[in-house]
Amino acid sequence: MKKQVSLHYEFLKGLWEINPIFKQILGMCPTLAVTVSAINGLAMGLATTFVLIFSSVIISSIRKIVPNQVRIATFILIISTFVTIVDLVMKAKFPELSKALGPFIPLIVVNCLILGRAEAFASKNNILRSFLDAFGNGTGFLIALLILGSIRELLGTRCIFGFQILPDGFSTLMVMILPAGAFLTLGLLLGFTNAYTKWKKEKSKKEILITN
Amino acid sequence: MDLIIIFIGAALINNFVLSYFLGICPFIGVSSKISSAISMGLAVIFVMTITSIVSWLINHLILIPYHLEFLTIPSFILVIASLVQFVEMVIKKVSSAIYRALGIFLPLITTNCAILGLALFAQMRDYTLIESIFFALGAGSGFTLALVIMAGIREELELANVPEPFQGAPITLIVAGLLALTFMGFAGII
Repeated sequence: MKKQVSLHYEFLKGLWEINPIFKQILGMCPTLAVTVSAINGLAMGLATTFVLIFSSVIISSIRKIVPNQVRIATFILIISTFVTIVDLVMKAKFPELSKALGPFIPLIVVNCLILGRAEAFASKNNILRSFLDAFGNGTGFLIALLILGSIRELLGTRCIFGFQILPDGFSTLMVMILPAGAFLTLGLLLGFTNAYTKWKKEKSKKEILITN
Repeated sequence: MDLIIIFIGAALINNFVLSYFLGICPFIGVSSKISSAISMGLAVIFVMTITSIVSWLINHLILIPYHLEFLTIPSFILVIASLVQFVEMVIKKVSSAIYRALGIFLPLITTNCAILGLALFAQMRDYTLIESIFFALGAGSGFTLALVIMAGIREELELANVPEPFQGAPITLIVAGLLALTFMGFAGII
């Protein structure tokens, strides 16, 4: 029997402990591709969170009816339905954003994060928990995209969300808004996250030793 | 001439991995040995070429004549998933040598976003059938090239003294960034 964890933990774990990008390293393609600016990162994060929440809830509610052999195909069909909704809504309401994100909105279908959460969590847990898990993971993904997008936009154009932050004297780093900058920034961020996690673990170990 | 430009453009200038960021998961996952990188690359070229033909046919014979464009995403992803299964069965039947070389990599390809990305790009750019085949060949070769170069670097990297928090994915991403910078040098070819 699995240990029952509290409901707010189901939400909070997605923010840091199993953050999709920094910890699970899932959903890399859209992360790298759209984070040229903070606004693109925000849009992509919101679209992914929307798809993640709705598909998790649906998958969780039909988890007892779907035969095991066809579950992956069923999940993909459900996910692609919601992705189509997002794609059409964005084309109608935000044509500019939709153009900037290009084929990466349809490509949410193959974002391993969504199928990963469906397979690992929603197909085994009740609707409320699946909703919270999806919400947490989506928010974690959104935050990571925002951080990445802000860093790249700040160093590449001196702005965040189009507002100038750094003074004119700061020479912009062109490389940050090029594809290479995405790889470099994410690689460094991942490395620092690992270093921080390790440092924290050692610190808590020391504290236990001291209190004992 | 246009066909050659499409091929080189997809293979070098707009390399799928290094400038469109498609297929990053296998790029990080399967790029630790040159031999498996080559097998994966060949499997991807193969599936990409077939996908480009089938998705073009579906788009022009079913979706456009019956105004079903809103079904693009579900239909493409279903086609790719079933195609990969089908190709796997055919290869198993026809040649066990090829099957053993590609075997484990074929199922992985379904979730490779480069395949769906290829179908969507070809559709967006209104390529003809021949053009989309060349586009697929170029994209597949570019993917293989990036994967094999990366595998070569990572085999050397095993011997390097990388700081512990940076081992694994972080250093791979940083190396990929440097690789992306070098690939930018191809931008002036056409």
